[in-house]
Amino acid sequence: MFERDDRNIFEPINFTVDAGDILQIEGSNGAGKTTLMRLLTSALQPTSGSILYKGEDIRHCRYEYLTDILYIGHQPGIKMTLTAEENLSWMSPATCSGDDIRAALAEVGLRSYEDVPCYSLSAGQHRRVALARLLVSTAAIWYLDEPFTAIDKQGVATLQRLMRNHVDAGGCLLLSTHQDLALDGVRRYCVKPHQQRSLLL
Amino acid sequence: MNNIGFLAYLRRDLLLAYRRRGEAASPLMFFLLVSTLIPLGVTPDSARLAELAPGIIWVMALLATLLSTEGLFAADHQDGTLEQMLISPQLVVMPVLGKVAAHWLVTGLPLTLVSPLIGLMLSLPETAIVPMVISLAVGTACLSLIGAMGAALTVSLRKGGLLLSIVVIPLYTPIIIFGSATVQTAVDGINWLAPLAVLLAMLCAAIALCPLAIVGALRLVNSN
Repeated sequence: MFERDDRNIFEPINFTVDAGDILQIEGSNGAGKTTLMRLLTSALQPTSGSILYKGEDIRHCRYEYLTDILYIGHQPGIKMTLTAEENLSWMSPATCSGDDIRAALAEVGLRSYEDVPCYSLSAGQHRRVALARLLVSTAAIWYLDEPFTAIDKQGVATLQRLMRNHVDAGGCLLLSTHQDLALDGVRRYCVKPHQQRSLLL
Repeated sequence: MNNIGFLAYLRRDLLLAYRRRGEAASPLMFFLLVSTLIPLGVTPDSARLAELAPGIIWVMALLATLLSTEGLFAADHQDGTLEQMLISPQLVVMPVLGKVAAHWLVTGLPLTLVSPLIGLMLSLPETAIVPMVISLAVGTACLSLIGAMGAALTVSLRKGGLLLSIVVIPLYTPIIIFGSATVQTAVDGINWLAPLAVLLAMLCAAIALCPLAIVGALRLVNSN
C-alpha cells in the first residue's frame, strides 16, 4: 500500500496498491516515471508526502520494506566481465543454490549461456539476466522500469507469464512501460508533469 | 537480496579484479617502475639513497593507490549496481566496506608485499624493512578508505581524477607523515612503535568513519 504526494516534478500523486495488483505507470517521456520508481524504492526521498508500507512509513520500517521489494531499473545492473551465472548468484538471496540459479537462467532462455561472460551477450540477453532475478527473489513487490526494453516477442510473453504467476501468488507489481500488456486486471496510473514547471524554470 | 553484505561484495570485486588482471596490476607496475627510476634520476649512491628511501617509498605507494581509487565506484555507478547496493535492506556500510577491502587486497596488499624488494633497491637498511612492511600494510588500508571517500564524491564526473586528488591528498597527509616516520625512526634506530601506533589509531578511526562518509556521498550522488 502506498500513498504519496510529491514535489513539483509532477502533480501530487496518490495511489494504493494491494496484493495481487498490477499497476502500469504511464506518462509521456520525461513525465517522471523513473523518478517515481526511484522514490518508491527509497533511492530518492520525497520532499513532502510519504510512502506507506503495510500502513507504516517506509522510513520507519526500512529493513522490512527493502527486504520485500525488487527493483529492476533502466540499467540492468549486471557486470560485463562476470558470467550470467556469477551475475545472478551475487545478487540473489544466500538461500539460493546453484541449481536454482541455473534453472532461473534456463527459464529466461539463457540455457547454455551460463558460463559466457556478459560482454559477449546482446542487450536483450543482458536484460534477460537481470529479469532472471525475478525468479530467484522472494520479494513481494516488484518495481520494473521499462522491463520490455530490448526483449524479443517470445521474451515479452515469458515475462508476462512471470508477472501473472507473481500476482497470482499474492505479490504485486508496478511497472512503467509504453506497451499494452496482454494481462487482465491491469490498473493504469498516469504520471502528469507539474503544470508550473516551465514557469519555474 | 537478503544476504548481500560484506562478503558478497568482497568476493564479487575480487572476481572482477581477477577478470581484469592487467588493469588491477597497474598500480603495482607503476610502483615498481617509478621506484626503479629513482636511483637513475636522483643518485646511485647507496648512502644518500638510504636517506631518501623512507619518504620515496611512501610517496610512491600513495600515488600508486591514488591511481587506482578513481574507478572504485565508477563502474558500479554506470551499470546500475550502485543503485541496487543503496537500496539493499541491510546497512549499506557493509557492502561499502567489502568493496574497500577488496580494493586494498588488490592494490595495497601487493604493494606491501613487493616493498621489501624496493627497499633493497633503494638500499634501505635491513632493520627498517619490517617496520616498512607493517606501516605500508596499515597505511595503504587507510589510503584505500580515504580514497574511497573521494571516489564516492567524484563518481558521477567523467574526468574526476584531478578533483579526486585535490579532495583526497590533504586527507592523506597524516598517513604519509606517520607512515614514513615509522620507517625513518627505524632507520635511525629509535623505537618505531610510537608512530606505528598513531597509524593504527588512524586506521581504526578510518574504518569507523569513512564508510559513513562514503555512503553519504554515494546517496548524494545517486539522488541527482
